[in-house]
Amino acid sequence: MTEKLSVKGGTAARAEYLLEARNITKMFGDLAANSDVTLKISPGEIHALLGENGAGKSTLVKIIYGALQPTVGELRWLGETVNIANPAAARKLGIGMVFQHFSLFEALSVAENIALALPGDIDLGELSKKISQVSSEYGLPLEPTALVADLSVGERQRIEIVRCLLQEPRLLIMDEPTAVLTPQEADQLFLTLERLASEGCAVLYISHRLDEVKRLCHDSTILRHGKVVGTVNPQKETAASLARLMVGADVHAINSNRVSSPGASLLKLNNLSQKADGPFGVALRNIELDVRAGEVVAIAGVAGNGQSELFDAISGERLSSTAESICINERNCGLDNITLRRRHSSGFVPEERLGHGAVPGFTLSENIILTRHSDDDGLSSSGFLDRAKAIAINERITQDYDVRKGKPDPEARALSGGNLQKFVVGRELDRKPRVLVINQPTWGVDAGAAALIRQALIDLALSGSAVLVISQDLDEIFEIADRIAVISRGQLSEAFPASELSLESIGLMMAGAHEKKDSHITEKASA
Amino acid sequence: MDGTQAIILTIITASTPLLLAAIGELVVERSGVLNLGVEGMMVMGAVCGFATAYTTGSPTLGIFAGIMAGIGMAFIFAFMTQTLVSNQVATGLALTLLGLGLSGLIGESFVGLPGVKLVPVSIPLLSDIPFIGRILFGQDILVYASIALVIATTYVLFKTRVGLIIRAVGDNHHSAHSLGYNVIMVRYACILFGGACAGLSGAYLSLAYTPQWIENMTAGRGWIALALVVFATWLPKRLAIGAYLFGTVWIMGLYVQAQGLGIPSQFLSSLPYLVTIIALVIISGNKTLTRVNTPACIGQSFVPDR
Repeated sequence: MTEKLSVKGGTAARAEYLLEARNITKMFGDLAANSDVTLKISPGEIHALLGENGAGKSTLVKIIYGALQPTVGELRWLGETVNIANPAAARKLGIGMVFQHFSLFEALSVAENIALALPGDIDLGELSKKISQVSSEYGLPLEPTALVADLSVGERQRIEIVRCLLQEPRLLIMDEPTAVLTPQEADQLFLTLERLASEGCAVLYISHRLDEVKRLCHDSTILRHGKVVGTVNPQKETAASLARLMVGADVHAINSNRVSSPGASLLKLNNLSQKADGPFGVALRNIELDVRAGEVVAIAGVAGNGQSELFDAISGERLSSTAESICINERNCGLDNITLRRRHSSGFVPEERLGHGAVPGFTLSENIILTRHSDDDGLSSSGFLDRAKAIAINERITQDYDVRKGKPDPEARALSGGNLQKFVVGRELDRKPRVLVINQPTWGVDAGAAALIRQALIDLALSGSAVLVISQDLDEIFEIADRIAVISRGQLSEAFPASELSLESIGLMMAGAHEKKDSHITEKASA
Repeated sequence: MDGTQAIILTIITASTPLLLAAIGELVVERSGVLNLGVEGMMVMGAVCGFATAYTTGSPTLGIFAGIMAGIGMAFIFAFMTQTLVSNQVATGLALTLLGLGLSGLIGESFVGLPGVKLVPVSIPLLSDIPFIGRILFGQDILVYASIALVIATTYVLFKTRVGLIIRAVGDNHHSAHSLGYNVIMVRYACILFGGACAGLSGAYLSLAYTPQWIENMTAGRGWIALALVVFATWLPKRLAIGAYLFGTVWIMGLYVQAQGLGIPSQFLSSLPYLVTIIALVIISGNKTLTRVNTPACIGQSFVPDR
């Protein structure tokens, strides 16, 4: 690269970098989301961008991708000052991005979603072939005709990645890519990224998982409160030293003193079966599970194997066919709606925090009213709302769970992903439910926040509640769970004590080792 | 021309203005915009079409003027809702009221004057086929245009890149923006297309359906067109079925009334609404399909980050 450009004389020294963001400052009103940030990436380099939630990573990345304009500072591409006015301009330069909150169209098919990101008129048939080819080449299975609305988070991410790869990018920005992948899928992704890097493509890699940053990345820039606090080679650091740079203090290890013998059964699933919702949904088949007071049970599995269906069935978003199939606090709840189940001292935290867990345009206190209007907080009496009380609860939650926010009672969409997750989890935990079901508790959440949430879940179990965690993060599962079950193609394995399981044995179960092989549905699904 | 043939011909001419206005609004809503001003754009198309045709003697110029009037009204709506980010529902209602008032003012001196009728195009030979010849091949140009428009809209929306972009903008404007599409400009274009269709529909009323100008002559057809779009679950094919079903029941009701069978006229005049709604609800029973076809961003204003 340097040789090639040395012909141009003066620019040679600068052009060793593919992209330079120089002295970027971005103001939102009085708040400096980025202040004097400089970031340099060479071709073929995998560069980590580290920082806690709200440290300004997203803002910086949006500026690089042309979705925001810097207040002060400049961007250079191959040594030339460039003005990236919009994402289309960024893509023209060769910058591709995989978003954390996906930029997909739910009502369109996989192929249509990808076609929208590619220039020119596109034959969908040919594109579908190309998608299948690229997705099998990089180990990212995708069905081009499937509707996005019917896909899981993990599958949606694959669309975003394949979409970027088809554009043959020179710089690929990945925002929390492994948050929803299995270890095997993540390994496959690392191979993909390493191969891209060896082909000369630079990768800007945003992640909270320090071990994978250490394993994958050549260089890293660490942000704290919008400022660069270090540019280090992550391979020469320890995970703890990286975390200290990010947080500015040591991250507390999880304290997991356990109740020796769990108590009464609080959540029981009896032969729960459900038909698939839509052509791309997953049917639940004869699910049996028993979660006792004082224990954390985790359900592991690859994205899209029935996790969201199972969550919907337990929370009451989809009613069961019989009352007996779901038993919460010794009450058969299969036919009860969400509010009735909540009144029966249960709490539910869905996977998608924005839009499902919280209404984006409502303030935090209003979001509290939405899930707690009907229980014993007295938030409403004879149809009138007690807003002062909701605001007080909001204050308590945001303090207990360290939710960082600008205004006292902002709209849910104004919070960063990790802070909103802390709020949504805190809102349910604050009620001290006897039964808590939580789907992907720490998806896209930084190390400090994840530790806080996991500790809170363990503490809730210690206080005598039953906690069911659905997660794709095996490290998290081993960190907090007493027993682990694995879901694959809508069938749930027996829940084994965590101490009896290894990563390998779980991996085998994820691949379907526990499924009933004679069952008709298995044959169909594997065909 | 026997009675049945006459009834069928009337049904076609009664259905065509609904179809024209509704197909335009369908495209508007597919891009995520709710324009409740269809009635206002239509009535402006009617008065401008009539006035121009009367003054120049040319129905072709009248049609052109009707389209331009619709586009002009739609531009006001687009500027208000897209550039100034005003509320779409309020702006649409205001547009209807503005259109009804303004058309009365413009048309004051044209009330009661004999109109210039758009002559049906008789396709030689084919239109001489007994019974169906006159129905299929002896219509005026706008009837053919409305059918062509439905087919073309289906093709563009579902088979071309332009259509894909329109649906994408209507489904998730944030994603479309982050992919680099100009949400505002796509919506501008769709709104203007919707205005052109509504204007054309109005011109059809005052040039072909009843060739004269009467104040408020659209008589709520714009609202019917709006309802048809929703009940047709934003699918052009169903929209055509709905428009013709409405036209059929409506004309049959008038026919039955004329026979004096003792059925209350209020019941007969409410029948088209009832039948159309029931029929469209039944054919749109597939929930998955309905969810996929409903523009998720409808009625929401889009303001890009700065």
